[in-house]
Amino acid sequence: MTPRPDPGKPPSAVRVWLAGMGPLLLVAAMTWWFLSSGVAWLRLGGVPIEKLAIERVVFRPQEIVLKVRNEGPGTLSVGQLLVNDAIWDFSITPGREIGRMKGATLSIPYDWLPGEPYVFTIVSGTGLKHSRTVELATMTPSASPRSFLVFGVLGAYVGVIPVFLGLLWLPFLRAMPRTWMDFWLSLTIGLLLFLGVDTLKESIDILGRVAAYWNGVMLVALGVVGAFFSLNGVGRVLTARSGTTGTGASARPSGMALATLIAIGIGLHNLGEGLAIGAAYTLGEVALGSFLIVGFTLHNTTEGLAILSPLVGGKASLRDLGILGLLGGGPTIIGAWAGAFTYSDPLSLVFLGIGAGAIFQVVRVLARGRAEGGESVIESLSRPQNAAGLLAGFIIMYATSLLVAG
Amino acid sequence: MKRIALTLVLVLALVGAALAFVGRDKEKNLPPTRTVVMSMKDYTFNDQNPTLAFKPGERVRFIITNDEPTPVKHNFRIVGMDVPCERELSPGESREIIVTIPPSGEFAYVALAALLIGPAHLTAQRPPSTPPAPEIGPLARAARDHAVRTLTEFDYGKATPLRDGTSLREYWIEAKHVEVEVAPGVRFPAWTFNGAVPGPTIRCTEGDSIRIHFTNHGTMPHSMHFHGIHRAGMDGVFEQVVPGQTFIYEFRAEPFGLHLYHCHTMPVKMHISRGLFGVFLVDPKQPRPKAREMVMVMNGFDTDLNGEDNEFYTVNGYANVFFRDYPIPVKAGELQRVYLVNMTELDLVNSMHTHATFFHVYPTGTSLTPSLYTDTITLGQGERAILEFSYAYPGRYLFHAHQNEFAELGWLGQFDVKP
Repeated sequence: MTPRPDPGKPPSAVRVWLAGMGPLLLVAAMTWWFLSSGVAWLRLGGVPIEKLAIERVVFRPQEIVLKVRNEGPGTLSVGQLLVNDAIWDFSITPGREIGRMKGATLSIPYDWLPGEPYVFTIVSGTGLKHSRTVELATMTPSASPRSFLVFGVLGAYVGVIPVFLGLLWLPFLRAMPRTWMDFWLSLTIGLLLFLGVDTLKESIDILGRVAAYWNGVMLVALGVVGAFFSLNGVGRVLTARSGTTGTGASARPSGMALATLIAIGIGLHNLGEGLAIGAAYTLGEVALGSFLIVGFTLHNTTEGLAILSPLVGGKASLRDLGILGLLGGGPTIIGAWAGAFTYSDPLSLVFLGIGAGAIFQVVRVLARGRAEGGESVIESLSRPQNAAGLLAGFIIMYATSLLVAG
Repeated sequence: MKRIALTLVLVLALVGAALAFVGRDKEKNLPPTRTVVMSMKDYTFNDQNPTLAFKPGERVRFIITNDEPTPVKHNFRIVGMDVPCERELSPGESREIIVTIPPSGEFAYVALAALLIGPAHLTAQRPPSTPPAPEIGPLARAARDHAVRTLTEFDYGKATPLRDGTSLREYWIEAKHVEVEVAPGVRFPAWTFNGAVPGPTIRCTEGDSIRIHFTNHGTMPHSMHFHGIHRAGMDGVFEQVVPGQTFIYEFRAEPFGLHLYHCHTMPVKMHISRGLFGVFLVDPKQPRPKAREMVMVMNGFDTDLNGEDNEFYTVNGYANVFFRDYPIPVKAGELQRVYLVNMTELDLVNSMHTHATFFHVYPTGTSLTPSLYTDTITLGQGERAILEFSYAYPGRYLFHAHQNEFAELGWLGQFDVKP
């Protein structure tokens, strides 16, 4: 018989604290033993593998700056720097000895040429090599008013303007027969599904280069899960504000609430996209040719279409449309700024996760809603024209994405 | 309530920013606490590119003067510090630059676009209470000293004259596994003869009786394989010496020439690559003409031990040692003799090129008549040659591997030719 607490009497505060802290104290004691004598007793010695990540390469006139981070388990010392396989001199702050998870900055006097590849290799004290290749050197934009403007315009061009252009389809959509409503909704779901997967794909690209230390996959997951459930709450609030159509079990968010939700989801996706564009430009890994920019513009026009579909039946003022456009496209600018001036791979992973999570949440809300015929959207998708709509949405996105492949 | 808190935070932030600004201004107006005079001459700073140490936050006045005898313009730059990269100095011109030393770090100072001048280092060291002193680690010092000593140090052994006019020469060699430095800040788990790479230069005269007492203090079998003419049992291949044991090699020194010895335990590639080699120099009975003699052993260090490529290339075991640390002083007109031995592994050939002079080549040193007059010689693995040359004009002249990727990974040196 285990004694049961007297249900009438609440346990004392001390007891509660002990119960809560007990396991923690035990873990602390175990850790202390392990580190103080356990390592030696278990004979876990040995040389730890050094890991040094060159996180960022900044090109300045006649100078290259490397931001490095020690991602290995112990202190690491920077021995020599090789630029394109030649010993090169450098300055280093705060010093050659870099503690675990600490960073350092190397400045290299170098007459680099734009458009040429560079390989940076740091030989650490134990003789191991840590390299990073820059395919294409480009002057790193410094945060000047002009570069701020340039990246703002770039973001607007690939994100904001296309979304607004897409919104101009509203009169056209409204002119179509009412029975097409479901088709537009299905199309939107197709578009969004593509965007969600696309966002995850971009994170995979980064996962390939981010140091294992960051546990990148889980950073993406954190973003996905966080956005998915936060947006759930946002959806509720929006629905409560703008009301629902229908009653009881057939209630579904109003057109405006849905459109807002879609705009937020797309906006978060575009934040990640902006980050990628700004960073690619900065990292010199992609030459953002004019062709690429045009491609993004076309691709993102379809995002405006996605925001519109729930509005076909209801009313929407120009102001509403303006807000929706900004919600959906505006984050591209913020992303481009962040990507260009303060890029970090781990942070990008979180944001890409957030983008994907947000999109999937929006898809979920859309799919749960009621279609025109009173059945759920999921059910309506079994009808051929709606299934075709979903597929069409996906294919439209795919086709326009070919323009930005590279 | 909320509003008050917000206002408070804002005001505090503003005050903080203002203070920081004022503080910065104040610092800018502080007089420098130390003056450093820098003379740029012969493409060096103060003749030797000294390493300078400062206290964090110290205000330093640099007085930079271009003292070049020829019309060369120089710039001055401290990489990684916000020192304005101003226009160049013409000969005779000088400039004052005031710098605030950052909290910590190591900074290269260079004459822009001419990496040959400098680069040396400024360091800011912590803690600030300790007197700043340019520090070279003990490993670095040992490796540099060894490289310089190897250049001119010959081990004639313990000599006992024999009745036929030759000598019995005895040498004591130990295989040891030690950590050495091969380039500034880069350590290497070397396997060595007598504690450093390359091993001692064993020198004798043709016909001498050689006795090598070889003891293995390593953790695996090693051996000493001499290039020369000897009996089968003295070849250092089948007679592996296990750790803790001693083996005595006995043979007659022949033929005369420039030879080598190395460990011949398998995998040989690795045992040589890790540092088990040295020079075996057999002089002809009739000595060569008097000259300034130097031993240069070319090798590569595969510091990440991947067995594929060398990270650094050196002469006598330390990258750029005769370029940065010890430009070799010689006299114009004086006969120079370089005993050049290629012990590089993982790369098929290595080479040496002298600037501004040509040399006579004695392949393997087995003839007293040169066979080639050139300024670049390429040697395969284990190949060696004696080079004889002199400089016509004083000045600083490079010598390096003409595989320039080797040169730029440490195989670079200079002769400082005095009048």
